[in-house]
Amino acid sequence: MNAAVCLDSKCPKPLTYKEKLVSKTKELNLPSKIDSVDEAAIAADKFAREAGLSDEFIFAVDLAIRESVANAVKHGNKFDETKKVEVGLSDSENGFEIIVRDHGPGFAPDEIPDPTNPENLLKTNGRGILFMRSFMDEVEWTNHSGGGMVVRMLKKH
Amino acid sequence: MADINISERQAGDVTILDLDGKVTIGEGSAALRNAIRRLLGEGKNKILLNLGGVGYIDSSGIGELVSSFTAVNKEGGTLKLLNLTQKIQDLLAITKLLTVFDVYDSEADALASYS
Repeated sequence: MNAAVCLDSKCPKPLTYKEKLVSKTKELNLPSKIDSVDEAAIAADKFAREAGLSDEFIFAVDLAIRESVANAVKHGNKFDETKKVEVGLSDSENGFEIIVRDHGPGFAPDEIPDPTNPENLLKTNGRGILFMRSFMDEVEWTNHSGGGMVVRMLKKH
Repeated sequence: MADINISERQAGDVTILDLDGKVTIGEGSAALRNAIRRLLGEGKNKILLNLGGVGYIDSSGIGELVSSFTAVNKEGGTLKLLNLTQKIQDLLAITKLLTVFDVYDSEADALASYS
């Protein structure tokens, strides 16, 4: 039997992403090494694609997770492979949320120099946080009660 | 598989590096650093980086472009960029590095700018 073809204005509207959305979560527990950046990004890409998100949305998620996991490995856990980087992904009607926790001493995000100031333009690092803030709608850091820093990022649908 | 392949061409006294892959933390950034060091060691300091095949770059890769730019300048040379994808152009705009790098869409124009 052929599916009914709907041609007039009374047709039901196609569902929006939010209406179709089925909330999902995923957690990763990664060693503090550079390979973990790719591992987290591949897992996030798969998670976001299965959720049916657009390429542009996935690019933002990919960049944010790479930068945050790289920060956790390098600056948080300082490549100490006995310390883990914990990553949580969730997709809900609030948006796509990424949570990354390290087990390092913590830092003050507001004290990171602005890489777009003329005197900082030729510095070789310090741009990761700028990318996270540029591509995600919400980015916030907190100290975890059990130690380490947690960054929570949200991209709204 | 390597994150990035870098091949070298010569056009007069300008060395063109064609990059294909990802310039990201780890292997991709290190490969670019080594290629630039090697060229400078050979006395080649007019360098054009063709980024047309670079589908992805992160903040570490951007940092490596800046580091390469500074290293080449220090040797009295010039490093310019060719064929940026829209995404890389966006990232360079966000970081205000489009004000630092000379960027070209045409290889002929880029080569002419060295003379």
